[in-house]
Amino acid sequence: MSESATKPRPQFRNLGVTDLMSYRLPPAAKTSFLHRISGALLLLALPLVIVPLFGQSVHSPETFAAMKAWVATPLCKIVLLVLMWGYFHHFCAGIRFLTLDLHIGNSRADSQRSGAVVIGVALGLTVVFGLKLFGVW
Amino acid sequence: MAEARIGRRRRVVGAHYGTRDFIVQRTTAVIMALYTLALVLYAVFVPSLDFESWRAFFAFKVGTLPVGQMLGSVAFLSLAWHAWVGARDIFMDYAHADGLRLFLEAVAVLWIVASVVFFGQILWSL
Repeated sequence: MSESATKPRPQFRNLGVTDLMSYRLPPAAKTSFLHRISGALLLLALPLVIVPLFGQSVHSPETFAAMKAWVATPLCKIVLLVLMWGYFHHFCAGIRFLTLDLHIGNSRADSQRSGAVVIGVALGLTVVFGLKLFGVW
Repeated sequence: MAEARIGRRRRVVGAHYGTRDFIVQRTTAVIMALYTLALVLYAVFVPSLDFESWRAFFAFKVGTLPVGQMLGSVAFLSLAWHAWVGARDIFMDYAHADGLRLFLEAVAVLWIVASVVFFGQILWSL
């Protein structure tokens, strides 16, 4: 038997958390990974934060006012800021995936650029609406 | 699983779950994107965004038909199905032990079904 037959062959599986330090993640990979994180985050928050807030907002004028008062607390603002980023990123990255499915911008350079654009636009929108949330405008 | 055979030759290699999930994920995404767009346009162009106008987006009727509630239900059911496909994809990639994956998938199903019931109860009592 040759030496190569006794060596375990390398396996390339999905990235685990411990691999993240040693792997080079280009923008498209970061966008894809953040798409998963933001999706999981939104699903976790759905019955805990999003649906209860929605229920308060549409039930009655009194609960609507209570919802607004609750949203004005610092802790809730931070939670909402994170969820806003999650929605913006998931939305923008989703649009990017749909355009890739339509074979738009599939070259390596274009897809890396659009990956970086998605991360930037999502963060930009978060800053703009975050400033609104914290009462700057 | 891929080794299961029917007869002498035919290997059972799936039932196009991948294709179905691919189509479901994109169709539900487009529905949610359109619903988001409608909500944003409404919020921007409605004369004053207050309780009454906000509620009206989800509760408006055309004649006796509860169109706001119907559209809201379509959007939320799209969200639920989309979330299930996404959660399952994540579990398939990262949770390799069968028992763990089954547990996580069961929790996700309960989580999503509970959210649908919770939201439906709110929406349809408007």
